[in-house]
Amino acid sequence: MKAPAPALAAPQAQAVPDEDLHTVPVRHWGRWATAAVVLVLGAGTLWSLAKNPNLDWATVGEYLFHETVFSGLVTTLWLTAAAMVIGLVGGTAVAVMRLSSNPVLSLLAGLFIWFFRSTPILVQIIFWGFLGALYQELAIGIPFTDVTFFAAPTSELITPTIAALLALGLNEVAYAAEIIRGGIQSIDPGQAEAAHSLGMRPGLTLRRVVLPQAMRVIVPPMGNETVTMLKTTALVSVIAGHDLMSNIQDVYAQNYKVIPLLVVAALWYLLLVSLLSIPQGWLERRYGRGTSSASASPLRRLLAVRPRTRKGAGA
Amino acid sequence: MVVAKGVTKRFGKLEVLKGIDLTVGRGEVCCLLGPSGSGKSTFLRCVNHLERLDGGSLTVDGERVGYRRRGDALHELPEREIALQRRDIGMVFQRFNLFPHMTALENVMEAPVRVRRESRATARERAGKLLDRVGLGDRAGHYPAQLSGGQQQRVAIARALAMEPKLMLFDEPTSALDPELVGDVLDVMRSLAADGMTMVVVTHEIGFAREVADTAVFMDEGVVVEAGDPREVLDRPVQERTRAFLSKVL
Ligand SMILES: Nc1ncnc2c1ncn2[C@@H]1O[C@H](COP(=O)(O)OP(=O)(O)OP(=O)(O)O)[C@@H](O)[C@H]1O
Ligand SMILES: [Mg+2]
Repeated sequence: MKAPAPALAAPQAQAVPDEDLHTVPVRHWGRWATAAVVLVLGAGTLWSLAKNPNLDWATVGEYLFHETVFSGLVTTLWLTAAAMVIGLVGGTAVAVMRLSSNPVLSLLAGLFIWFFRSTPILVQIIFWGFLGALYQELAIGIPFTDVTFFAAPTSELITPTIAALLALGLNEVAYAAEIIRGGIQSIDPGQAEAAHSLGMRPGLTLRRVVLPQAMRVIVPPMGNETVTMLKTTALVSVIAGHDLMSNIQDVYAQNYKVIPLLVVAALWYLLLVSLLSIPQGWLERRYGRGTSSASASPLRRLLAVRPRTRKGAGA
Repeated sequence: MVVAKGVTKRFGKLEVLKGIDLTVGRGEVCCLLGPSGSGKSTFLRCVNHLERLDGGSLTVDGERVGYRRRGDALHELPEREIALQRRDIGMVFQRFNLFPHMTALENVMEAPVRVRRESRATARERAGKLLDRVGLGDRAGHYPAQLSGGQQQRVAIARALAMEPKLMLFDEPTSALDPELVGDVLDVMRSLAADGMTMVVVTHEIGFAREVADTAVFMDEGVVVEAGDPREVLDRPVQERTRAFLSKVL
């Protein structure tokens, strides 16, 4: 694939002195070819989808902003947010316990992480949903005595929503704990020593010195976790959690318009996940303070590394 | 100010300090010298209890650091009380260990605000003065990554001084620096010494030790080989090991 340039360039090569020559980056003809193929294939797929009567865009439009879908959306959103808050707060606690010099705490945290990461989330959701089958009544008291402070039937206490929150939250605690532990361990121990030598106590050192730096390592995988969580909430449909997916299933169980309603669900999940990248970018920049790459936005950084083409004097 | 008696320290089977005796008077500057691995850093870290002692006793300003004596045993203090003791002991590290997510000014303000509960305004004013003192008044808003090694080390000194310590520990403060940056840091330390700060300095800067130190201590393999007036220890060493070391460094 020789460019037809030489015929044009040859006379210039003699006319222009060496120091005024300009460079031409490699031409990527292959990229153009693949782009064309992809465009044609993509357009074909979209066309066939658009024309397919089974997709039924009218129904998609009808349900996209339907009340049922909206209420499911709200549940999905707050379930995600609440589970992530539980995950972050609990995960930090479990991570600190895991790193503690107290062997009991460390072992306990290890067991917790092991258990919740080693059982399928679907099993955990169903388990919490059917907790009533294991304990008819939940009570708080002193073990092995008759002292009870509080008791209530399980079915009243653990509603499907609470069950969903427990399952998703506790599972997230385990994953978040490992991410946060990794973040804490990535920080030079000299940082904590410097803080200690200033008279800062371990808790203050963690809060002011170690965690803010660890956040740089923690935020990207936690963003990932949030995306996963948003989609995992769809699983609570197995215990009638009234999330977006549950409600969509309720609708198509009645009108049998499965495909259009799945498109509605997919569109909403796509939008929500896309929106999530905005706060993530913001957090990454905030916790990147003091590092050389923090000032510019990721896009500007990408553009900045492109080598500039040297322009000839006449150009 | 610092009194060490028979300080021993082991890492596993390795005995790093084998009974260190050392006294540093108030307002004195003590320079610790010795070959790599002789235990200088370890001893310094014992002084503010970044390392636990295995034996012996160590007091700063008459107060036992990190332990309380009960009967014939020394019981380690809870972190809370050790943190209180460490407020009075400043430390400067070989690799600076500035907090990279805070500006120079925030680094210096952090401990006064969070540990001593000073108001932000007071702390900011004092931090500005301290940065002026180490010659970095115009760099207050810079992050550590935007400062040279010598500037970072001077910020680190200002950060330690912000707690108004009675004692300053320096662990090879200039050995991570390019030669042309060493002078600025040594100047700051010299002025500190002139102001009467008690200092224990691990250093390979023989010239600085000779000029500033009240006592020079030569350590090797976890013991003090020779200690005394720096002009005696550095220029007319009695011990063969001291002579061998100095001939390599000079
Ligand atoms: N945390 C640790 N765990 C195990 N061994 C250690 C630890 N810290 C230091 N040591 C060992 O203790 C010995 C003394 O170390 P130390 O850092 O006190 O030496 P130093 O005199 O400061 O040397 P240098 O001039 O190289 O800094 C070395 O043999 C080192 O390997
Ligand atoms: Mg050392």
